[in-house]
Amino acid sequence: MATVALETAHQAPVVDWASDFDHTDPVWVDNPFPIWDELRNSCPVAHSDRYGGTWLPTSHETVSQVAYDTENFTSWSVVVSNGRPPEDNRPIGGAPPITSDPPFHAVARRLLLPAFGPKVIAALEPQIRQLCRKLLDELEGQEVVDAAADYAGHIPPDVIARMLGLPIEDGELFREFVHGTLENVAAPVEQRHEFFGRFDQYIGKQIQSHIDEPKDDLIGFLLNVEIMGSKLEPSHIGGTIILLLVAGIDTTWSAIGASIWHLANNPQDLERLRNEPELWDTAVEEFLRAYAPVTMARLVAQDHNFHGCPMKKDDWVLLPFPAANRDPLAFPDADKVILDRAENRHAAFGLGIHRCIGSNLARLELRVALQEWVARYPKFSVANPAAVRWAAGQVRGPRELPITIG
Amino acid sequence: MGDDASMKVFVDAEKCQGHNRCFAIAPELFDVDDLGNAFVIGDGSVSAELEAKARLAVANCPERAITIVES
Repeated sequence: MATVALETAHQAPVVDWASDFDHTDPVWVDNPFPIWDELRNSCPVAHSDRYGGTWLPTSHETVSQVAYDTENFTSWSVVVSNGRPPEDNRPIGGAPPITSDPPFHAVARRLLLPAFGPKVIAALEPQIRQLCRKLLDELEGQEVVDAAADYAGHIPPDVIARMLGLPIEDGELFREFVHGTLENVAAPVEQRHEFFGRFDQYIGKQIQSHIDEPKDDLIGFLLNVEIMGSKLEPSHIGGTIILLLVAGIDTTWSAIGASIWHLANNPQDLERLRNEPELWDTAVEEFLRAYAPVTMARLVAQDHNFHGCPMKKDDWVLLPFPAANRDPLAFPDADKVILDRAENRHAAFGLGIHRCIGSNLARLELRVALQEWVARYPKFSVANPAAVRWAAGQVRGPRELPITIG
Repeated sequence: MGDDASMKVFVDAEKCQGHNRCFAIAPELFDVDDLGNAFVIGDGSVSAELEAKARLAVANCPERAITIVES
């Protein structure tokens, strides 16, 4: 299984994090935690002129305030890039309901919630376990395996493709779409338009095949469901498919990889999990807290003052839930991974009305993927720390993670 | 559980966003509807042996939607 060479645009290196931060800078990508810790102490809401003006809260308090305030902050776009979303796609936004604001948001979200409820998702456990075992079988005999590219990266695409009703064999293409959407954010606006054109074209083709041959899957559901007596707008259907595909893949892939990276670097935690399987529930929540993959974003909806910062309409605001999760005012020993941390109200899945709709699925995939990995490989370590490569952008997880077995 | 319980749990439906932590930690006390939103089972009375779980549910709710009332 080869890794595709994907193009990523880069900007000038950051010199000062409080006044010129960039979440695609290699220093941030490699290890953002010291940056967030420093800013939380010295400049709790930082500003950068990059991407046309971006703010960065880093404390649990300020991140929560932005997440809960849907008047002053809009979700119209949630991926910081050099452009701004087109005015004409409101209130649906490009990927509803994550790009929708109240009151439309609640309507679009309610449609999707039943398919992702905890009891519905729990039924997928045997299928996910079987998938993980099959992937591990294929790696049998290798002394070094890439836990990100050859394991974690294959689990969520398979699961979400089956739920949506997309061809499972297009997994490599899905990973390219994820890269183009979330990682190549520093690219020129025209290049991103061209990319999204290709993405839309693929989704359009898949929608057409569902129209030609109706199927009992999520795309089939979106084609038939009605809001107040009307079928969904084509842009709503396409945007929701894009959301479920991208958000369903990248985030969980990252969480699985980051957790394996932690266990590879902390053999005492690996041993505890092997010997005390009752720890899995709290351990999974702790991995989600400590390695929360998703930094969300908002646009400033109207000029206003936030903690003394003069925020202007259409400025970006990065919402680093992973930084909130490491705030010592919110979590004792915030920088330590404590597998039996009993009190853990982490914000890995966001806060407020946009709570990750796939959180139950993500938890299940993470737990099963880790359990199967640890069952197959009781001992493992990072083969070459210099070769570990983390994803750039708002979703953080390892994309290359060579692991020595044994 | 019953009238003699000295602890009761409540879910604020306005605050609950369906994180599902309470149902995972204390399914004896909480359930979720089709949308994934939590509600208390029965009148929310907590028997003595479930009091620790009730407190954990409170401490793990990201939205601070769960409260305990002790008499």
